[in-house]
Amino acid sequence: MGGASVTTLVLKRLVSGLVTLFLVSLMVFVGTEILPGDVAEAILGQQATPDAVQALRDKLDLDRPAIERYGLWLWDFAHGDLGQSLASGREVSDLIAGRLGNTLFLALTAAIIAIPVSVGLGLLAALYEDKLADKSITISTLIFVSTPDFLIGYLLLLWGAVTLGWFPALSRISDSMSFIEQLHAIALPCLTLALVVSAHTMRLTRAAILSVMNQPYIEMAELKGATRQRIILYHAFPNALAPVLNIVMLTLAYLIVGVVVVEAVFNYSGMGRLMIDAVSKRDMPLVQACGLIFASVYVALNLTADILSLLANPRRRRPK
Amino acid sequence: MIAMIRDFDIGAKIGLAIVVFFLAAVIFGPVLSPYSEVEIVGGVWAPPSAANWLGTDYIGRDLLVRILTGGRMTVIVSLIATCGAFAIGCPLGIAAAVIGGWFDLIVTRAVDAVMAFPGLILALIVLSAIGTSIPALIAMMSVLASTIVFRLTRAVAADVAAMEYIEIARLRGESMRWFLFKEILPNVAPTLVTEFGLRFVYAAILISSLSFLGLGIQPPNADLGGMVKENALAITFGRAAPILPALALAFLAIGVNLVVDGLLRHNARRDRHK
Amino acid sequence: MSAPLLDIRGLRISTEPARNKAQLDILKGVDLTVHRGEVVGLIGESGAGKSTLGLAAMGYARRGLVLSGGEIYLEGQELRSAGDEGLRHLRGRKTSYVAQSAAAAFNPAHKLMQQVLEVTRIHHDLSNSDVRSKAIDLFDRMKLPDPEHFGDRYPHEVSGGQLQRAMTAMALIGEPDLIVFDEPTTALDVTTQIDVLAIIKAVIRDLKTAAIYITHDIAVVAQISDRIKVLRHGEEVEEQPTHDLLNNPTQSYTRELLKARSRQQHVPSKNHLEPILSVRDVTAGYGNATILHDISVNLRQGSNLAIVGESGSGKSTLARLIMGLLQPSQGSVAFKGETLSPGLAGRSADQRRNLQMVYQLPDVAMNPRQTISEIIGRAAQVFRSLSRSAARSRAAELLDLVDLSPELIDRYPGQLSGGQKQRVCIARALAADPELIICDEVTSALDPLVADGILDLLMRLQEQLGVSYIFITHDMGMVRAIADDVVVMQHGRISEQGRKEAVFSPPFADYTHLLISSTPEISEGWLERAISERKMAAGGQ
Repeated sequence: MGGASVTTLVLKRLVSGLVTLFLVSLMVFVGTEILPGDVAEAILGQQATPDAVQALRDKLDLDRPAIERYGLWLWDFAHGDLGQSLASGREVSDLIAGRLGNTLFLALTAAIIAIPVSVGLGLLAALYEDKLADKSITISTLIFVSTPDFLIGYLLLLWGAVTLGWFPALSRISDSMSFIEQLHAIALPCLTLALVVSAHTMRLTRAAILSVMNQPYIEMAELKGATRQRIILYHAFPNALAPVLNIVMLTLAYLIVGVVVVEAVFNYSGMGRLMIDAVSKRDMPLVQACGLIFASVYVALNLTADILSLLANPRRRRPK
Repeated sequence: MIAMIRDFDIGAKIGLAIVVFFLAAVIFGPVLSPYSEVEIVGGVWAPPSAANWLGTDYIGRDLLVRILTGGRMTVIVSLIATCGAFAIGCPLGIAAAVIGGWFDLIVTRAVDAVMAFPGLILALIVLSAIGTSIPALIAMMSVLASTIVFRLTRAVAADVAAMEYIEIARLRGESMRWFLFKEILPNVAPTLVTEFGLRFVYAAILISSLSFLGLGIQPPNADLGGMVKENALAITFGRAAPILPALALAFLAIGVNLVVDGLLRHNARRDRHK
Repeated sequence: MSAPLLDIRGLRISTEPARNKAQLDILKGVDLTVHRGEVVGLIGESGAGKSTLGLAAMGYARRGLVLSGGEIYLEGQELRSAGDEGLRHLRGRKTSYVAQSAAAAFNPAHKLMQQVLEVTRIHHDLSNSDVRSKAIDLFDRMKLPDPEHFGDRYPHEVSGGQLQRAMTAMALIGEPDLIVFDEPTTALDVTTQIDVLAIIKAVIRDLKTAAIYITHDIAVVAQISDRIKVLRHGEEVEEQPTHDLLNNPTQSYTRELLKARSRQQHVPSKNHLEPILSVRDVTAGYGNATILHDISVNLRQGSNLAIVGESGSGKSTLARLIMGLLQPSQGSVAFKGETLSPGLAGRSADQRRNLQMVYQLPDVAMNPRQTISEIIGRAAQVFRSLSRSAARSRAAELLDLVDLSPELIDRYPGQLSGGQKQRVCIARALAADPELIICDEVTSALDPLVADGILDLLMRLQEQLGVSYIFITHDMGMVRAIADDVVVMQHGRISEQGRKEAVFSPPFADYTHLLISSTPEISEGWLERAISERKMAAGGQ
């Protein structure tokens, strides 16, 4: 019992996370190869000459068995060799390098705005539970769940870039720009992303807090004469921590996917647009690399959420 | 049915009106319109006028009739994909809950693996392989959404299967058919109906997002997302052309979500009183 | 007499006013006085408003309820007008609360000691250097194991009975004038209940704390309170000192409550009957866990066999095995001399028809989307090969047989009360014309009077139809009232079996005696006698 079992539990999670990652890599690989018939012909189309098809086959090692190619691909990937782009012939790692940084910059900035605001608002809405907060949260969640991300993006673009002219319509950033200039450039996509995730995060936070506040031990604390502040900080907070951490991780995971559409709206040069280009050009090595990176981040965030909630809960930390 | 609608609260009634209006518009609108959706009737991005109520698009076609036909495409593709998802997910989910054992284990693990992926990313990966024909898009969306339908159906059906009335039916020696249609389905149906609404909205937004990214429905066919993409440049001139099709999509989604919310409240009320 | 500690006058509590909903009164003008050092029992069925009244003594109303009328005086201070801050200063210091479910009332995130001492952290005047040793002393009085270190554990690390005692210690730490006990022993096993009850009684007597003790069990409340108030539908039925209430109840409702608890002894058990069901040397379990060890049981035709034991004794597993829902790893079950196939699939339609079962919770035993007609009629269709319309009229007859109005036939289960639902379940079992019905805790989820009605019905049906029963139960009082033969189970083994007369008269088997002596009786002083008997038995060993 005690400390040893926590380590074991966390290790178990890590191992299961690795297994999931392995499965994900398998699915990325299989996913790009599930078309019927010959991959090379499918990529090049029907007009391709046999020579061109054979050249592509050689390049993709298509004459080897799939299982062997998968092994090689995974091995190289683990060693930082992501292969070469079919479309441009450049190293995939070079293509991704700058783009990944841009995407993380955008997603993290959005997270820094969205998470404290939406978790805070969710908390307030739960603690000052009344009809008005109830209604406005229900309605705003409904609207945001129903609104495609690109609509929010274009509305902000119309308002922030065209009507007011405060922000650029095309969010280009470069190393020569100062940090503030970069922030200014990504203001609109960042705000879009933040809005996209906020309603959901707020609703989940509120529900998590309310479910804790309805527990009998909260009533018991009230009957002990505890102040409202004490009830919230000492009784509700430690129990709400695990679900709220989970929500934060889910929000981050959602942001990672949300960037794809938002980058397209604002022509932002990140991983999302890179992947879309790769998919439309059927640039398999690039698609595989982008897909695996997106999925790995997603899996890692979910794993972190799982481990954090394990650590935050004494019932699971110290099993009977 | 009519009694149920009468029992709806105001939100659900508004939602139902929106959905009915939208469906009527996309079905009858293009027929009543003086223009066809491919006909060039004016200048590029002309502002709204008496002749073109919402103005024109990037090559001068009537935007309203384009939105109506695009909306029809979005509805049809989403509806077929959602039906497909339920056709795959429901039977598997009920079977997994009822049969259990290795069957349950294998299907559940496979679904967990798919759900370890962010949906849009997996969609992109698959599309890079199978291409963007409409049947391929529908197949891909059906399979992706079927994982969620499977999980939900399995959870609800497992709850029902653990009830003692199921044990009593087993003691009576009832047939599989009886279990399915008399004991389990009536108890999972209300959940599945509301889930259908949610999945439909999700499918409509996913296919529009894909089309917006240029990886969904390809020209000459067009859906609402595709129209946002083709008119995207207008925004820099302060024109609403790309926003209008997106608004139409949001309008439909809000309508369906309102109905779903109303149904959920209706079911909760009935379970309390009954 | 000095001024009372608590004086509640004409208290009304209603549901919060909402737009399209009528305001419902939960309490309709109730008085309650408690003097210093006095224990007042509140008793009533579910929905009587007893918990609501208990909490109102602390100026508290649960979410969705409002104190809508009357006055609550605690030491002369009116609580309805005391304001949030005023109430906060009283709670924990003047009043404290012991809830039904200790597992839910302790915060899972903090250690027990931190929670027990919390009152002294909130009210600084209570805090001094030796509160910790005071808590340890209370743990000791509560007979908690290793009182020095008991508080270092988290709530999920100790048993339910211990947690309940720890909660009483938590309520006592601030030396309040009044404690509200809200069904503190209801969730416990019967042998644990008596310990907790005795300890609670001893400690509040020692410390001269006044208490309100809420329960649905008149036998429990008779042991601990000086006065008893009977509530029903939010109104007072009557209130008398305990002795007078038990001996001279003025209201018919109280008389019924007392009668239900002290059922007339059943006619002596029946003799010379043929065995109808035999369980022979059965061992069974789930997976690798063996639940039943070497069980042999006989049921005689037309008689009642009670299988009694605490939770985890394996009694329900035995019922499932007899029904064919669980296959034994060894042994067999025979019905009327024929050995039954271990699995359901191997049994003939007639064998399945002859064995029927009624469950503890009618809510999950009936499909909520089927009407009563379908629920009862389906059994008649399958087992008696009736047409749909014949099955419907059979269902109507059966409703009549179980004293329900045939008008209920097109209702859904959710539209019936708990007692009505259980009657429908009995009617469904009867639709098969079975020779044997297994009743698995059929009354334990029901209010005492309703439960009593169900038992009367089952006994009447036995006279009319000659059906045999197996009762799975934890309630020794019920066993004494209705059984012919008794099987006592503990940890998956039979610890004693025989005719009821033999089991219930000396010399007792140890465990049987523990069960019998733990079952609350209405007579005053029962608790003290039971505890001292137990001590003597322990000393004699």
